[in-house]
Amino acid sequence: MVVFEKPKALADVSMHYCPGCTHGIIHRLVAEVIDELGIEGKTIGVAPVGCSVMAYNYFNCDMVEAAHGRAPAVATGLKRADPENHIVFTYQGDGDLASIGMAETVHSATRNENITVIFVNNAIYGMTGGQMAPTSLPGQVTQTSPYGRDVNHCGFPIKVCEMLSELDGPEYLERVAVNNVKNVKKAKMAIKKAFENQINGKGFSLVEVVSSCPTNWGMTPQKALQWVEENMIPYYPLGVYKDRSADKAE
Amino acid sequence: MAKKVLMKGNEAIAEAAIMAGCRHYFGYPITPQTEIAAYMAKRMPKIGGTFLQAESEVAAINMVYGVASTGKRVMTSSSSPGVALKSEGLSYMAGSDLPGLIVNVQRGGPGLGGIQPSQSDYFMATKAGGHGDFRMIVLAPSSVQEMADLTIKGFDLAEKYRMTSMILADGTMGQMMEPVELNEPEIKEYDKSWAVTGTKMQRKHNIINSLSLIPDELEKLNFERFQRYKQIEENEVMYEEFMMDDAEICIAAFGIAARISKNAIIAAREQGIKVGLIRPITLWPFPTEAFAKAADKVNSFISVELSMGQMIEDVRLATGCKKPVTLCNRAGGMIPSPEQVLEAIVNAAKGGNK
Repeated sequence: MVVFEKPKALADVSMHYCPGCTHGIIHRLVAEVIDELGIEGKTIGVAPVGCSVMAYNYFNCDMVEAAHGRAPAVATGLKRADPENHIVFTYQGDGDLASIGMAETVHSATRNENITVIFVNNAIYGMTGGQMAPTSLPGQVTQTSPYGRDVNHCGFPIKVCEMLSELDGPEYLERVAVNNVKNVKKAKMAIKKAFENQINGKGFSLVEVVSSCPTNWGMTPQKALQWVEENMIPYYPLGVYKDRSADKAE
Repeated sequence: MAKKVLMKGNEAIAEAAIMAGCRHYFGYPITPQTEIAAYMAKRMPKIGGTFLQAESEVAAINMVYGVASTGKRVMTSSSSPGVALKSEGLSYMAGSDLPGLIVNVQRGGPGLGGIQPSQSDYFMATKAGGHGDFRMIVLAPSSVQEMADLTIKGFDLAEKYRMTSMILADGTMGQMMEPVELNEPEIKEYDKSWAVTGTKMQRKHNIINSLSLIPDELEKLNFERFQRYKQIEENEVMYEEFMMDDAEICIAAFGIAARISKNAIIAAREQGIKVGLIRPITLWPFPTEAFAKAADKVNSFISVELSMGQMIEDVRLATGCKKPVTLCNRAGGMIPSPEQVLEAIVNAAKGGNK
């Protein structure tokens, strides 16, 4: 009897992620949801520029690699090319989604573009070796904030879910984390809902996944998860920030 | 045969695109090409197509990238500063071998420049559409009829060679009204097995991608792409020759500059000066051979341009500097008058441009 196996939507290749990186967990959750909803054959994923740039090799569905920050615009084209038959998701990091691609993020949200956005917030630019991200915490030491992020010099972190929740457009915004089993389970439910919303034609659904980066944070994987609990989650509270359908039902 | 209708150049592009089967348009407002967006905004919803005003030029070209990835015909249009913003997307489309049509109705620059006609994006279109080694097919219409015809041609070439075609027009061509005959084009079907439309669980996944981290693999992709470009240079060159049979002076001009030059040529011929015109219709691939042949016959060349002299470099290269090439130009949104071109011809006839 098989008790545990790789999701079918996940390709049988080894990933390039660092030991202890949570991208692997998040990839798996997305793939499990694709399997459970039976949508692999009509799904098109959009990979970003950043650590998950090679996500196009890791999912078995059709994939497109977008320019840095442009995934929501590319996804808009992919979705509008055949709205009935395409399920489109983007998988983006914090630099991609909240810095260089902020305009694309805000406008696809306000158009309530019927796509699913998986937003991995690990408060750092990982692929380029650990520079300050738009979501790096105040005081956080990175390669480009070697004395700690000074909010008087370079401003405050961007709270994406809070900010987008002020728009009338988006259907669903939730922030989750993958630092422990309980949170991983909640994260999967949110990701599933974000895909179901698209299938049901409800519109823009974004799941922000608070994540860790042991390599560039300079911590062991365990210590990094602890840092998520003690520093990230207090600054980025978990929960549902917008759920238009649920609001209407009340 | 279809009836002739009076249309603006920009509208002719839009209607021709629809006739060519384009059902997706993404754009951002900028003068002097906004009529294309306005026309699409009206027409697309009526024919089951998509018009979407993007948040930026950058977003618009990436929406084009998305639709192009699915193998459907798609376009965007803009004017000079806006096309510069699209250069990132154009490079990615080249790197991912995606077809698409881009229209540049040029205005004066650099910077915000002005809103009057210009041809000063010749370099950008033919040499530097974005970062990296790549080409775009660049088509230069000289009448409203050609605005329509080259749009249809542009879609076909883009699909045939899996690359972007650019219509390089200018503010005059976009705004002028002329009678146009719009005929239902024959749309050729090309292989789209590379497109992302969902695997339907019947094939391995397709990946649209321009990333290649292994240098010798990336080199190979570049060499393969340039093999394709070579075929285009061999097969797709288009140009018009006007009164070149006995010409001793050859004008090189495209778009609106070619029309003005024709008037000047007729006036010069009345004075007994043997002058003709080579009008490139494809700016890339450039009609190198036509100019090389002309260099064996004529005494000199005049490049007439609405810029500080950009195409003139290609004329010099094509002619191997065998004969003198001079520039007759206006810039910044100004247009050369037929009198100015005539003066340049008369001067050349006197041997003044040696």
